[in-house]
This record gives sequence, structure tokens and C-alpha cells, in this order.
Amino acid sequence: MTEAWQLLWDPLLRPALFAAVLSSLLCGALGTFVVLRRLTFLSGGLSHAAFGGLGLCHLLGLPPQLGGLATTALAAVLLGPLGQEKARERDALIGVLWAVGMAAGVLFLHLAPGYPPDLEAYLFGNLLLVGSQDLWLLTTCCAVSLLLLSALYKEWVAATFDETFAAVQGVPIRRLSTLLLLMVGAAVVLLLPVVGLLLVLALLTLPPLIGLKVCRDLRTVLLSSIALGLVMTLGGLFISLWADLPPGPCIILLGAGMLGGASLGKTLVR
Amino acid sequence: MTDLEPLIELQQVSAGYDGVEALSEVDLAIYPGDYLAIIGPNGGGKTTLLKVLLGLLEPSRGVVTSRLPHGRGRMGYVPQFSTLESQIPLRVEEVALMGRLSLRGLWRRYRQEDREAAQAALAAVRLDHLAKRSAGELSGGQLQRLLLARALAGEPEALLLDEPMASLDAESRQVVRGLLQEVRERMPIVLVTHDPAAVAREVRNIACMNRRLSYHAGGELTSEALEETYGCPVELLAHGVPHRVLGAHSHRHGDGSHSHSHGDGEEPHD
Repeated sequence: MTEAWQLLWDPLLRPALFAAVLSSLLCGALGTFVVLRRLTFLSGGLSHAAFGGLGLCHLLGLPPQLGGLATTALAAVLLGPLGQEKARERDALIGVLWAVGMAAGVLFLHLAPGYPPDLEAYLFGNLLLVGSQDLWLLTTCCAVSLLLLSALYKEWVAATFDETFAAVQGVPIRRLSTLLLLMVGAAVVLLLPVVGLLLVLALLTLPPLIGLKVCRDLRTVLLSSIALGLVMTLGGLFISLWADLPPGPCIILLGAGMLGGASLGKTLVR
Repeated sequence: MTDLEPLIELQQVSAGYDGVEALSEVDLAIYPGDYLAIIGPNGGGKTTLLKVLLGLLEPSRGVVTSRLPHGRGRMGYVPQFSTLESQIPLRVEEVALMGRLSLRGLWRRYRQEDREAAQAALAAVRLDHLAKRSAGELSGGQLQRLLLARALAGEPEALLLDEPMASLDAESRQVVRGLLQEVRERMPIVLVTHDPAAVAREVRNIACMNRRLSYHAGGELTSEALEETYGCPVELLAHGVPHRVLGAHSHRHGDGSHSHSHGDGEEPHD
């Protein structure tokens, strides 16, 4: 136990810790709006579409992030403006995006010469091997996203609570939706090598879900989502070091356990 | 007839979704001082009409003219409380503040005067003592009053309400009714409802939107019958074509000067 604890603070693991902090910040803030605006499935679609772009760039020998960013941006611009009236169309398109993105990604990786990259690395990422370039990109993305979220905070809140009223008040709902998806897309792509596809989705959804269960105020939900993301990632990392298990699944399952605990606690309190 | 210019005017307006017309060839003029109830069955195109008035839906045919001093962004819109997601963790005062969005504009924070206006609007609907509460804890009637406060906080130039009396408790009904009586001096009010009895005593005129005529199993409705039901003279100005639900009637002038509100709708009988 103490050994794992010491290992967690080892200088070698510092980039991993930093990445965990950034992921929690980014996913906690964006995820709160993703969950409230029911964009979880769409975010899932985006992350799988990103996979197609990553694969293509891998095949062409370009930086994979470029392809990922381009595909998610394209998908965000196409799907973002489809509002409530087109909910059914959007829902189905997300499924298409999901499958096609993944299929294309697998195909491109297969076609690429040399050893294909490990698929599991894309699912769970590799927090322990995060590079400084990844961290820089992530920091930038984090700063831009938090800036946009706070600068347009009143608009995000209004659009989330009552889209129609916000639209009457002149809030550009469609553009805000697209912007949120662009931010989620960028976050997903940059987080892919770090925490992987599954962990991005877990970090976008689990902390805000717990936050929404225990807090009554949106600001506290946002802050607690970030904090809960940290507990989840660092706790999961600790468990993985302690039990010698892969970190990704540990983090997700710890988060799921926390959600279960919060639900149970809430039921008991009532 | 009055020689005032209408603030909002619809001329031969048709609108709908995905090529299905929910509204066809509607003429409607809203004048300063108006207090108009648009009645009609559910699914009769009332909400579509509201969306056209609010500028949220472009008509497929016809012309909408707005002569509101600050355009349609300064219309107070009060949705039906039950259509909103009340579980969003926001404080009552934060919801009321949303009425100030169009006055502030994008990227700007709310100012002290916005907070004061929101607080005053909450006092007007007798919710000021609950300002710090979570909106999710309010009863249905309180939430409806909050939505009215939100619209009034923005100092609107016209007030549009969707089923403002639906499933309200006696206290809320009284508060809403009293407040509408008060603000009608300052701005025209348009409300849509399927339950004219709830509002008929105060409104100045009534227009009928008749869409799904199959709902009217009980033969013809005459203006005399409606007048009896409401206990006051009412104007019946809209007709369902080809199925005439309203019997032949003369245009009555409630106080001699308000025969201008005119709703007209037609839709094939299904």
C-alpha cells in the first residue's frame, strides 16, 4: 500500500499526474454541459469518428491528432446545428458516425505498413507514458475551453435550462451547440493518446453525474465534477499501481463505484 | 377600428415542420394594449403560431412584420412550466436573471441593475423569499410564476404566454392573473390556451385556432354559447376551414375599439 503511494508521487509519474489533473479539469467542465444537454451519445460518436481520422493520418504518415481534429470538427459542424426538431435524424446519424469512424480507423491501421499500433492503447490510452507534446496540447485545449465556458457562462446556462427562451433572447443556440461539440471533439482527440477512448467518455459522464446527484447549484456541480474527476483518476491510478492492474479500467470502475455510492447515499438520505 | 399600427402583424402566414403545415394562411395583428387569448385544441398549431410570433420559426409563406421598438428580441416569452427540465441545478434568482440576456448581450456579465430587476420581478410574483432556493425545489405553480418573472425581468415590449394557467394551484393562478392585469397597461399580452375558461374573464379578445377538428365531436360551437361559458362578450374571429367549428357569428366589439385581432386558420380535416 505505502509502496504504491510512494510510486504515485515518483518524479517519473509526474507527467501522468499532470495529465490526470488536466483531464479532470477539461472533462469535468465540458462534461457537465455534455450531460445536461444530453450530448453524451454525440460525444461518443465524435470520439469514434476521431478514430477514423487518426487511422487515416497514421496511414498517410501525418500527425494523427491532425486527422482526429479534422474529423471531429467536421462532425461537430455537421451535427451541431441539428436541433431538437431533428432529434431522430441526429440520433441515427450518431450511430452511423460511431460505426463508420471505428471501421475506417481499424481499416486504415490495418493498411498502414509496419506493426499496427496496439488497439487497446486507443481504448484505454496510456496515462503512464504521456509525452510532453501531449501535455502542451492538452494544456492549451484546457485553457481555451475553460475561457470560452466562463466567458459565455450565462449563455450556456440559459441554453441548457431553456433553449427556446434563450433563442428568443438572442442567444445563438445552434452556434453554441456547435462550439460545445468542437470543444468536446478537440478534448477527445487530445485525450485519446493519454486516457483513451473509453476513459474520455467515462470522465465526461461519471463525475458530472455524481456532481448532479449531490449538488444543487450549477457552479458547485462544475467544481465538484472536476474534483471528482481528480479523485477518480488519481484513485484509479493508485489502485492500478497497488494491485498491478492496467490503469484505464481501474479509473473507470472506480468512477462507476463512486456513482453507485452516491446514488445509494442519496437514496438512504431520503 | 383603431388607427394605431399593429406592433406585430402576420399576413397570410403559413408555417410548419418538415413540409407539414401546422399553420396556414393566418392573419393576426397585435396592437398596443391588446390582451388576446388564442384558444384551440392541443395540436391545433397554437405553439407553432407562438414560435412564428417569437421569430423562432420562419413562415413557409406569408409576411411577419414587427414594429416593436427593439425588435423581437425584447418579447417576453413565458413557456409552460411542465415543458422545462426543472431538475437543472439553478437558483431561482439565476433563472429570473435569464430575462436580462438580450439586454446584456453575448460575452458580457450580468450587472447589478440586472440583479435588481430580477429581484423586483421575483417580488412581483411573490417569490423573492425563495430567490436563493434551487429552482428544482419549486412547486409547479411557483415554477410558472418564476417563468413569468423571468420574462418580466427583461422589461419586455410584449408578453407571450403558453398555457399560463395550466395545472396551477389557486394561489399561483391568482398571482399570475393579478400580475397580467397589471402589466397589460404597459405591454400587449398574447396567450395561447386550450382552456379558455381559465382566462376568458380578463382577456379583451379571443381568437380560435382550429386544427384537428376531429376533436370536436359535439357539433357546432356558437359565439353565443362561448359567451355564455365565459360570462363576457367575446370575439370569435378564426374559422376552421373547411370544417367550420364556430357557427355563424357577428363580430362583437368588447369595448368598441378592439375588433382588430384576427386569427385565421385552415387545415384539411383528418
